[in-house]
Amino acid sequence: MKDHQTISGAVHHDRQHDSAIKHVTGRAEYTDDIAEPYGTLHAYLGVSTVTHANIKGIDLSAVRNAPGVVDVLTAADVPGVNDISPTGKHDEPVFPTEKVEFHGQPMFAVIAETRDTARRAAELAQVDYEVLPHALDPVQAQEAGYPMVTDPLKLERGDVAAGRKGAAHRIQAQMTVGGQDHMYLEGHIAFAIPGEDEDVTVHCSTQHPSEAQHMVAHVLGVANNAVTVNVRRMGGGFGGKESQMNLFCAVAAIAAKKHNRPVKIRPDRDQDMTATGKRHDFVIDYDVAFDDAGRIQAVEGGFAARCGYSSDLSGPVTDRALFHADNAYFYPNVLLKSRPMKTNTVSNTAFRGFGGPQGVVAAERMIEEIAYALGKDPLDVRKANFYGEEGRDLTPYHQKVEDNILDRLIGELEENAEYRKRREEIIAINKESKIIKKGIALTPVKFGISFTATHYNQAGSLIHVYNDGSIHLNHGGTEMGQGLNTKVAQVVADAFQVDFERIKITKTTTEKVPNTSATAASSGSDLNGMAALDAVEQIIARLTKFAAEKYEVSEAEVEFLPNRVRVGGEVIPFDTLVKQAYMARVQLSAAGFYKTPEIHWDRAAGKGQPFFYYAYGASCSEVSVDTLTGEYRVERTDILHDVGRSLNPILDKGQVEGAFIQGMGWLTTEELWWDGAGRLRTHAPSTYKIPLASDRPRIFNTGLAEWSVNKKRTIKRSKAVGEPPFMLGISVFEALSMAVASTADYKVCPRLDAPATPERVLMAIETLKGRG
Amino acid sequence: MAHQTGIRFLLNGQDIVLEDVKATTTLLDFLRLEQRLTGTKEGCAEGDCGACTVLVGRLHGGALRYEAVNACIRFLASLNGCHVVTVEHLSGPKGRLHPVQQAMVEYHGSQCGFCTPGFVMSLYALWMENAQPTETQVETAVQGNLCRCTGYEPIVKAALAVNQYGTPANDYLTTEREALTAKLKAIQPQARVVTGPGDDRAILPLDAADLAQVLAENPKATIVAGSTDVGLWVTKFMKPISPVVFVSHLEELKAIELTDEALIIGAGVTYTESEAAIRDAFPHLSAYWDRIAGWQVRNMGTIGGNIANGSPIGDTPPVLISLGAEVTLQKKGGSRTLPLEEFFIDYGKQDREPGDFVASIRIPLRRDGQIDAAYKISKRRDEDISSVAAGISVEVADGVITAARIAFGGMAATPKRAAGAEVALVGQPWGEAAFDAAAEAVKQDFTPLSDWRASADYRALSASNLLRRFYLEHDAATAGAVRLAVA
Repeated sequence: MKDHQTISGAVHHDRQHDSAIKHVTGRAEYTDDIAEPYGTLHAYLGVSTVTHANIKGIDLSAVRNAPGVVDVLTAADVPGVNDISPTGKHDEPVFPTEKVEFHGQPMFAVIAETRDTARRAAELAQVDYEVLPHALDPVQAQEAGYPMVTDPLKLERGDVAAGRKGAAHRIQAQMTVGGQDHMYLEGHIAFAIPGEDEDVTVHCSTQHPSEAQHMVAHVLGVANNAVTVNVRRMGGGFGGKESQMNLFCAVAAIAAKKHNRPVKIRPDRDQDMTATGKRHDFVIDYDVAFDDAGRIQAVEGGFAARCGYSSDLSGPVTDRALFHADNAYFYPNVLLKSRPMKTNTVSNTAFRGFGGPQGVVAAERMIEEIAYALGKDPLDVRKANFYGEEGRDLTPYHQKVEDNILDRLIGELEENAEYRKRREEIIAINKESKIIKKGIALTPVKFGISFTATHYNQAGSLIHVYNDGSIHLNHGGTEMGQGLNTKVAQVVADAFQVDFERIKITKTTTEKVPNTSATAASSGSDLNGMAALDAVEQIIARLTKFAAEKYEVSEAEVEFLPNRVRVGGEVIPFDTLVKQAYMARVQLSAAGFYKTPEIHWDRAAGKGQPFFYYAYGASCSEVSVDTLTGEYRVERTDILHDVGRSLNPILDKGQVEGAFIQGMGWLTTEELWWDGAGRLRTHAPSTYKIPLASDRPRIFNTGLAEWSVNKKRTIKRSKAVGEPPFMLGISVFEALSMAVASTADYKVCPRLDAPATPERVLMAIETLKGRG
Repeated sequence: MAHQTGIRFLLNGQDIVLEDVKATTTLLDFLRLEQRLTGTKEGCAEGDCGACTVLVGRLHGGALRYEAVNACIRFLASLNGCHVVTVEHLSGPKGRLHPVQQAMVEYHGSQCGFCTPGFVMSLYALWMENAQPTETQVETAVQGNLCRCTGYEPIVKAALAVNQYGTPANDYLTTEREALTAKLKAIQPQARVVTGPGDDRAILPLDAADLAQVLAENPKATIVAGSTDVGLWVTKFMKPISPVVFVSHLEELKAIELTDEALIIGAGVTYTESEAAIRDAFPHLSAYWDRIAGWQVRNMGTIGGNIANGSPIGDTPPVLISLGAEVTLQKKGGSRTLPLEEFFIDYGKQDREPGDFVASIRIPLRRDGQIDAAYKISKRRDEDISSVAAGISVEVADGVITAARIAFGGMAATPKRAAGAEVALVGQPWGEAAFDAAAEAVKQDFTPLSDWRASADYRALSASNLLRRFYLEHDAATAGAVRLAVA
């Protein structure tokens, strides 16, 4: 062993993704790459071809008789409960029995010798539908008297009517914000292998192995302990694999147990996109009152969401839209209401930001409205409304904002990006340039960290030190590319003071850590890093006690140095101490646990402290727009983002850049388009356009606020990074808006709806024509 | 001569001999399911995400060239006589990582890793062709690769740095080029190949004359060149297409001829193969060409296929029609040539008789005073299908517009000329008034549809505005930029 002065892979240092070499060589194993045991069968879903109908009859004989088909599963084959609703509302069957409620809803599954056979046979069903009228969006749904899929939320503070009375200005308007498909490169997949008794093991691509386990047990009618769910890695998740894999796991497990053969199910991209949920579209009514200085006096907001046919996670998603409808701004008087509307579309689900981005977009739209109404630079309006000192620090949900760093962060970005100077130049250029118009915007984000379902804020880990000194790391979080495993291994390496390479990162499995939460809400390293640290500390305590006793020194004289341990005057290799401890029968394995302190939330009252802390960031984007066609490009983006004391700066930077581009895509080219019949027509990358390399800003500067330290005792004082930077993409949207506004001399807020496709940009310009 | 009943090709370092290959088996399924080469991924099965990117080496004019292609829509049977290279075959000296892989690791170019092998293969192809690319060239090379995690920044940086980790001269495909070329020469077909079961039959004609013969025998056969469209008939729509006649290997369809009057492009010439000739003869098409699909698709797809499938939203027909192109159709015992716009009869209906195949496209060279432009409007700039595409060619003599050919895609059931707009221009002095009139007239020329790519209103308005753009772009008096820069 080398005698290191420092360990490799220490916290706060750049460290490549632990699977990087496997990624580039194609040796990283995803669920579809697992070698199939002899006798593996393949499942494929048969789906509805209408949008809303009573099922009068279903004839599956042609499906069953197709060569190579082994079985067809319907609701009648579900041995346990025909329900996979993640919140226990019992509104989401594996397969429906009486009615279908969206186009492409899974109705049955074909089980066949090959995937191709199953897929082709699934087309052969004859279904007799009694077609019913449908409602596709929240406005249609409200008009048709559709119910909400879950209880709405109301957040209220102060007196909106009184606030309005004192204000010189008031603007009421509506904004439509589109949804977003996750477009993870690896689609959904589940692979179930039957075991003895009631056992079944499911390999799948999920952010929430425990939920998959519980759902499989639920539909099989067995105890949770009969089901094992394994996830080595996902090819992207972004929230799309938090609850949406339930269906695939259930189908594979039911078929595997029924036929006592392994069963794999993998939808093709089109079925993945039509049969699984997406980011919620919102129609937002806002009513903002403000004074001559641009200070907000009162805000009222109604947030109607396209939830789809069932509740899924729409309750917490629409809640979070309200939690972030303030973004970074103090509303002295505020009333916010959600309307989680049922629609005849696929049930929408979690997606990076979890409703938060839709709330933030609304807040930024109100800022824009004020700026255009008063002829101000929107950045000045932002600054006038930031959360501040006592009296201006209370959110609409009555939590105090105590860690605000936006003044410094925005100030640095404003200066580094030369925002003021460039804005002046752009206004001058726009005066001269007839066709190409430019825009610039600097937008902030403040994002609350914690699951708003307080009980989710817990995590477990399991760490073994083997008698050769090698370490086995397991925790409840899942790896979807974000580098969670790398970060947690860094925490473990740091705590033991051993090289990163000594630690074996192992697949997430419900067998090792039970009752885990989804790897979601940006919480992965906050929760699992702490849980792993807890386990390491237990083992270190035992080793320390053992060493102190064996070498007859005080425990204070035992110190873990890089790959060695100093015991009194002696320094011995880590391996040696471990071996000695093993021989002395010291337990070298520990289960760790963590729960986030301080948080509480009373949903009925709309009051509490749902978030442990906030993460902050800001971005400044400049765009050019062709006013003849609405085409545009992003010329430059500067980002300054807060991750506290980063566990791994290079991985965090990767999260920030990736989130920005994904957020930009949501607001620009990614459009979900349903036809009148209720069919989603943008359902594959040929029709649904996520950003490409050539859509990156021509100049792209990303920085982390290196001075930031989390005020709360999080893992190594870092901050969560998964979701907050997604909202940095809003600066592109607002810069486009400014370019459009230039065609009417910045006197009218363009009220661009999202996504701002070239078409929406051009049509917004047309609307403004002649209004300058 | 007796037919061959199987195919032969090289896969990485291995000789593959297959009897009885189904026409619709894809290369991707063969790699993943039969060879267990699982580094190549399925992301979309329609040639739009690039997770399945592999290299295919093929003999072209006696030389071996390697190109990035989409394995998901490439039919296995079409690989007869080729060399397929997958990510598993990459390595550096002494078992180290390959320079492309090393750069991707050093620059943190992977997060979830699922798209990564595809990026590695595209960047490998780029590096072999151009070891010191510009940022724009990198972006063009990865137009056909989607990444949802990184935002591409580290991937582009890695691509720019590959050469620091090794040079193409030391790469396996360079050092072994001679031996590989000899190996491929030895397995080139000597007879027509007919393989696969009766309901999924693949036919690889020996040469162009044999193609005419095959089509005379099988007038309803599906002709497949690059399979960038027909591939989706199989992977997406599960349509039966047997018998399938593959033509991408036919050298005679790959001729590019430049005469004093015209550029003549064989129907089997890919977008990539035609790029240089197009750029030289028609500089206005250079940037447009780079916006046709992604690189992998440009390496497979052909102009002949783009025409023959008759799509109203193909990228090349409008710009070729505006240039006055003609198409030559061939069949056993004869050929005929017609103006390209006359080939497109109606939606899904072309002037192609049983046994006909598209043989070549003749594009008249530019005349003095001819001004040309090609425009494509799409939701996303690159690798997208146009909502509106336009080819505009006008001739100006002594300040008067003497001729105008304007064709649009995405505006009607076929690629179609804008008759009213042309009339509005011809005979008028070059100036804003003429183009304003044309911009109004074009609104009467078409009744476009609304769909997921664009509304009818947007199509009509942007088509009209493209005529204004054309004027502004080519008028000396216009100040300032009128179009977004490409790079």
